[in-house]
Amino acid sequence: MADILGAEVDEEGFLVDLSDWTKEIAEQMAKDDDVDLSDEHWDVINFLRDYFEEYQIAPAVRVLTKAIAKRMGKDKGNSKYLYTLFPYGPGKQGCRFAGLPKPTGCI
Amino acid sequence: MATKKFMYLNRRSSFGTVYAIESLEVVLIAAAFEQDVSLAFIDDGVYQIVEGQNADGIGMKNFSKTFHALGDYDINKLYVSAESLEERGLNVDDLMPLAYEDEDDDWAEKPSIKVVSNAQLSKIMSEQDVCLSF
Repeated sequence: MADILGAEVDEEGFLVDLSDWTKEIAEQMAKDDDVDLSDEHWDVINFLRDYFEEYQIAPAVRVLTKAIAKRMGKDKGNSKYLYTLFPYGPGKQGCRFAGLPKPTGCI
Repeated sequence: MATKKFMYLNRRSSFGTVYAIESLEVVLIAAAFEQDVSLAFIDDGVYQIVEGQNADGIGMKNFSKTFHALGDYDINKLYVSAESLEERGLNVDDLMPLAYEDEDDDWAEKPSIKVVSNAQLSKIMSEQDVCLSF
């Protein structure tokens, strides 16, 4: 099994134990993907973590986009903006950095 | 792709078997295909949406919280059998206040749960293209 800073990850790089998550792990995952985490990235990562805490699921991209539009405005709640931040997909890559499981229904 | 009417029947309580959580997972996956989806809660299935569930003692995820996300997935028809509630000494106030925001009505928050008689439920079931029972 692979690990990131000592935390076990699955074959797609998602944390096996969600409680292992730290900001340092998120930063290391981003570095491995050549992404420099900005405040805008952290807004989305924190949103995903709050969403998971409240609903116990990682939201589908469509739901994530709509929910971000509602809370942070349309200029951020659109897929172009979110894909600019997370080129491998706001659901898949965003959830991985946030220490969440792969979104339900994400292929 | 033509829209079909899908109904998911939930007949068992939240924990003890995997039926309840598996049903919810299938519902969330199927939601991506933008079909007309409704859920029905019959028999012990009504326990799935009772307010105040706590799974800490059995080491399971309290997935009842996930029902609150269904509105975000445009799933807003949750039919509950009146007879099944009554047989278990429950009423609608014992259930989670599940709601959705109506896009066509200035995002007004509306309840998703509809308590119906078994006769009404069987009529709604007969109007479906697909019924999946869990």
